[in-house]
Amino acid sequence: MMMKKTMYEKIWDSHLVHDEPGQAPVLYIDRHLLHEVTSPQAFEALRTAGRKIRRPAANLATLDHCVPTRERDIPIRDPIARKQVAVMIENCRDNGLRLYDMQSEDNGIIHIVVPEHGFVHPGMTVVCGDSHTATHGAFAALAFGIGTSEVEHVLATQTLRQKQSRTMQVRITGRLSPWCTAKDIALAIIGRIGTAGGTGYVIEYAGDVVSALSMEGRMTLCNLAIESGARAGLVAPDEKTIAYLGNKEFAPKGQDWEAAVAYWKSIGTDPGAKFDKVVEIDAATIAPQVTWGTSPEQVTGVDGCVPAPGDFDDKVKQQACAGALAYMGLESGTRITDIPIDFVFLGSCTNGRIEDFRAAAAMVKGTKVSDRVTALAVPGSYHVKRQAEAEGLDRIFIEAGWEWREPGCSMCLAMNGDELRAGQRCASTSNRNFEGRQGKGGRTHLVSPAMAAAAAAAGRFVDIRNLRDSKETL
Amino acid sequence: MEPYVRHTSIAALLNRSNVDTDQIIPKQFLKKVERTGFGIHLFHDWRYLPDGSPNPDFELNKAAFQGARILVTGENFGCGSSREHAPWAIADYGFNTIISTSYADIFFNNCFKNGILPIVVNRSELDTLMGEIIANEGARFTVDLEEQIVQTEGGSLLRFAIDDFRKKNLLKGLDEIGLTLEFDKRIGAFEARQKAQLPWLWN
Repeated sequence: MMMKKTMYEKIWDSHLVHDEPGQAPVLYIDRHLLHEVTSPQAFEALRTAGRKIRRPAANLATLDHCVPTRERDIPIRDPIARKQVAVMIENCRDNGLRLYDMQSEDNGIIHIVVPEHGFVHPGMTVVCGDSHTATHGAFAALAFGIGTSEVEHVLATQTLRQKQSRTMQVRITGRLSPWCTAKDIALAIIGRIGTAGGTGYVIEYAGDVVSALSMEGRMTLCNLAIESGARAGLVAPDEKTIAYLGNKEFAPKGQDWEAAVAYWKSIGTDPGAKFDKVVEIDAATIAPQVTWGTSPEQVTGVDGCVPAPGDFDDKVKQQACAGALAYMGLESGTRITDIPIDFVFLGSCTNGRIEDFRAAAAMVKGTKVSDRVTALAVPGSYHVKRQAEAEGLDRIFIEAGWEWREPGCSMCLAMNGDELRAGQRCASTSNRNFEGRQGKGGRTHLVSPAMAAAAAAAGRFVDIRNLRDSKETL
Repeated sequence: MEPYVRHTSIAALLNRSNVDTDQIIPKQFLKKVERTGFGIHLFHDWRYLPDGSPNPDFELNKAAFQGARILVTGENFGCGSSREHAPWAIADYGFNTIISTSYADIFFNNCFKNGILPIVVNRSELDTLMGEIIANEGARFTVDLEEQIVQTEGGSLLRFAIDDFRKKNLLKGLDEIGLTLEFDKRIGAFEARQKAQLPWLWN
């Protein structure tokens, strides 16, 4: 009888080019994604060494990290960002790589545009010089972030030297509150296992609650796998996966389609296969999540309070809590719903998809942005932006006093000029609440799109479960 | 890449956990298209005061730690972004060795591509090493990768584990791409096989 394998083990085994003692296994890479920040040094090194790109068609590039979200018709003001963008355009042109540049109607954040075009399929290996590459695990692809030296390695060899990861299954079962989203599930998982809880593992998310998530929700969940330290996140392919890919530009066509679907159906974890670790989470215990600290694991339910260092047993966590409270300007015992905010950011590769804008717009409709708040809506791509505009969502945001911007990474990492000033406090749908992430001295609270939208109107966090008349479910 | 050789050097202490790559090298310095010159920006937001002068309260600004090549720090070092600018900044500043109980995955891999040895020790070993530095700032450690040992002036001797492939590459300063290209025929054979079995990946 064949050994029972997890999905990760199947994908790993099917991509092993070479494995021998004393060597790091050579793993074949099917798709390579690029953006302007982590690739220029790789192209330069290839040029210096006289090395060619092995498989140009396996690459897809975009401009997202340092592009402005307004005044896109004029040259970028920041001369260093302008040069970085120019270098990317040149590198892609010289090497024959597909690039969605700033003028392209397909432009957007790499992890948003890749699924929109069906460039990643189940069973593939996918890498990018970006930690949120884990997003594509939603399509049952082994997708992970790499450094620039590895970008160079993939460009030159279409492989990577890899060490096999351990396997973890995170099972989410039970009844999820209709006011909770994939973002809340992901933050609750990180709160449970910690930002290093997944280190050395690839996580497969499973259980009824995961199956019930849309593809957008699964992307959000896998996107945050890296924030628990995991190499990658995976969700088994099912009818939703197949339906999503069906009409996409780079999806298999004609007779390939039938063969591909049959293959995709074979790559899920075999019943009875063993994981190195299993974590069970009861969805009913998950409230809308809000981070209070400077690490995604410093998170609690919106009905909770800011903790005190003494609430933690571990001395490292006590020290981290004290440091975070000082940076965040928060007092222990403060109710989360009593924390006032100055800024709201809706967007990023975590929550910049159409479903996120629909959920936020449902909450925004009929409200006004609080006088004390600046609210920024940044679609993840031009496709998302056009779709939202076709549905009239842009009007809802604009009429409520939100700014409606052009797509990009924007204030998730604040490289493009969209940033917090020191001391400003932001309800953000992005993925990292690190010190200074959204601007030096800025204070970030990670939340779901609906929570961010409700906070914009109230000027503080709101338990959206109490807003029963505003909307039936998210 | 420079080969990693046995060395004795000052060990600097940064006693913080979950130090993320946004702290190691803040995003405003990621727009450069070169690999060099990131050292002056290492830990920028902690290291400098708003007027650009060194922050006297920041650990690595202590006189006793100047010239350190070894960084001793808390768990889950290098978490967050995949930016290789983080190890570039660390190496450019002058560190070639980090000692901690754990590292984030991508950062750990990135270190080896840049001649940096990230040593993993257990919690009590880390407490010992940190204790020695606190008691004697400017203490020197000797790191011997060949023998896989760290020896301190205080008399501690500890052994660390490292993957053979990475050890060899660090010791010889080998170019990994060159090594992988030796498998070029196997990569080609893999591609031919995949093209036959899963043709849609190639159409």
